[in-house]
Amino acid sequence: MGVSLFSRLPPCAEGRPTYPGPRVVREPIDPDLDALKSGDEAAFEALIGRYHGPMMRLAMSYLRDRGAAEDAVQETWLTCLRTLDKFEGRSALKTWVFGILLNVARSRHRKESRILPFTSLFRREPGEGRGPTVDQRRFGSDGLWSTPPDTWSNVPESKLLDRETIDQVKAAIEALPPKQREVVILRDVAGFEADEVCGLLAISPANQRVRLHRGRASVRKALEEYLK
Amino acid sequence: MTCREVVELMTDYLDGALSAADRARFDQHIQGCDGCRAYLAQLRTARMLMGRVASEPVPEPLKAELMNAFRNWKSS
Repeated sequence: MGVSLFSRLPPCAEGRPTYPGPRVVREPIDPDLDALKSGDEAAFEALIGRYHGPMMRLAMSYLRDRGAAEDAVQETWLTCLRTLDKFEGRSALKTWVFGILLNVARSRHRKESRILPFTSLFRREPGEGRGPTVDQRRFGSDGLWSTPPDTWSNVPESKLLDRETIDQVKAAIEALPPKQREVVILRDVAGFEADEVCGLLAISPANQRVRLHRGRASVRKALEEYLK
Repeated sequence: MTCREVVELMTDYLDGALSAADRARFDQHIQGCDGCRAYLAQLRTARMLMGRVASEPVPEPLKAELMNAFRNWKSS
């Protein structure tokens, strides 16, 4: 009674389903990976150029000097080429390359530590740190700013972006404790997303954020002192 | 929320890791607080500048060596 013909048909019978059908899972297509696998030299050259800066920063956070870092970058690319055929693209190409670099740099760091004078072997690695990241004297007893930060909107862009400021930022990153430094480099220098960094370093999302926050706060502080 | 608390939540905020309730309280604080807005802007500037330290050309000898390795890989 009163039941139309359509109500007895399967939902898609009218050809206008009201909800999307089963999602088609496609293998993500990575143009860089395809180009590399097909032997595209220009693509390889562009890739090593694009990643060189962040790779060097990351390698230098483990190794003693530029030469050692360059060697690690070179070994990373050679390893990539050797194993490229086996790489199936389950992770992004960039994540794969940086994962190899982390392994190479850490293993070279371990070898380096064995030949350095023993005092450096006993140098303790600062932990992630606890406590506030902002000088507590800048707040009143009510927890509100008593000495608020300056706004940098009146700093000319040319000053903000000049070589000297960038060098200050570089130095501030290098001065971070290693565990903060690696997260800051991967997130803010190399531009990885939070979940990719957690995967690369095998750390929890909360730990990733704590390290990142402390690292960024220190870089901000260094900039504040410099721009004063 | 006080400024002292808000500054410690800024990375969680930027990463979208705050609960809905905390995010609402954070937003409410920030709207009325010049100091915390300035601090958040400074953190964003620091992040932007860190993105700029990366640019660095590949030294020619290293590039030559890697391109050579790529050609060898290709022909193998």
